[in-house]
Amino acid sequence: MPETPYLLAAVAVTVAVTWALRALPFVALAPLRESRTLHYLGLRMPTGVLVVLVVYCLRDVPYAANAWMAPAAALAVTAGLHLWRRNVLLSITAGTAVHVVLLNL
Amino acid sequence: MREDCSNLLLMTRVLLPDAGRPSITPPAERETRPAAAALRDSFSVGIALVPLGLAFGMVLTQSGLDWWWATVFTALIYAGSFEFLLIGLATAVTPLGTIALTAMLVNLRHVFYALSFPLHRVRGVRAKLYSTFAMTDEAYALTATAASRTWSGPRIVRLQLYLHLYWIVGGTVGALLGALIGDSVAGLDFALPALFTVMAIDAARERPDDVSGPACAFVAAVVAAVVAPGQMLPVAFALLTLALLIALGASRLRSRRA
Repeated sequence: MPETPYLLAAVAVTVAVTWALRALPFVALAPLRESRTLHYLGLRMPTGVLVVLVVYCLRDVPYAANAWMAPAAALAVTAGLHLWRRNVLLSITAGTAVHVVLLNL
Repeated sequence: MREDCSNLLLMTRVLLPDAGRPSITPPAERETRPAAAALRDSFSVGIALVPLGLAFGMVLTQSGLDWWWATVFTALIYAGSFEFLLIGLATAVTPLGTIALTAMLVNLRHVFYALSFPLHRVRGVRAKLYSTFAMTDEAYALTATAASRTWSGPRIVRLQLYLHLYWIVGGTVGALLGALIGDSVAGLDFALPALFTVMAIDAARERPDDVSGPACAFVAAVVAAVVAPGQMLPVAFALLTLALLIALGASRLRSRRA
């Protein structure tokens, strides 16, 4: 388990980066607005970053002993429900519930 | 939070339209009761923030962190999807540089909120500082609507404060619940990949013409997971950025030749 000073530093780094991203554009709005490269990345990065994060979250799923079935089923339920109903809360709750039930059977 | 949570929460707003949304609020009401109006405005998003906060808190204590870290995370960081991610990054004692890079990429979208967030209506340095700090996807989504054009500065700041409180209370209560039930309920941590899946689908819906971006990202993620399992996120983000910049360069060359 990480030490408290490391955790505090991790929180501080995150706060600094996140707040800077939210506040600095108000101070230096013009250069950012004019950067076409940044604008392009801002349009195309979000979906990609999220896809990377999904893979990152599921990268440690073991292949053996059918252990991959619970996350695979939960992922299918989450994505399927969201494509169908577009209800954020429903998709997340149902997907997580499927995962919990399958793991605790 | 939820976290492009802007899609996430815009979606929530579409699903849970606030019937009382005061698109024609009389100015008198705005001036005298911004707190009450902001409370009403906050319900549609709060109904999603509280359960997500509960899930966040439960995953946090189940991962081995003390419950009060949920309060620290939700109060100080206040970037929902990244807080979820930080649990795993922090318990694995990930280098601070990787945490900074990941926070930057996950929250990069906020840079563009500044283009239209009504900060000019918020008066006073302290209020402006808090308003930028609390400019989450949810707050942006609510203030980017046509109905919000008449909202006063105090009403916007109050709204942000209520959303912040929903998240803090949800996270803290969830953490205490998680400490109570311990490891007896396994698998709740799927809430995070589920959240990212939903956000990815919403983000992809905004740009249905862009298939190569998500495909590149998937390949970059798998390559990074295989080649550099210990440094998967920075490697995957670098590969993704490189692929997008190459695509941009190629399209600029094409348009120059055309």
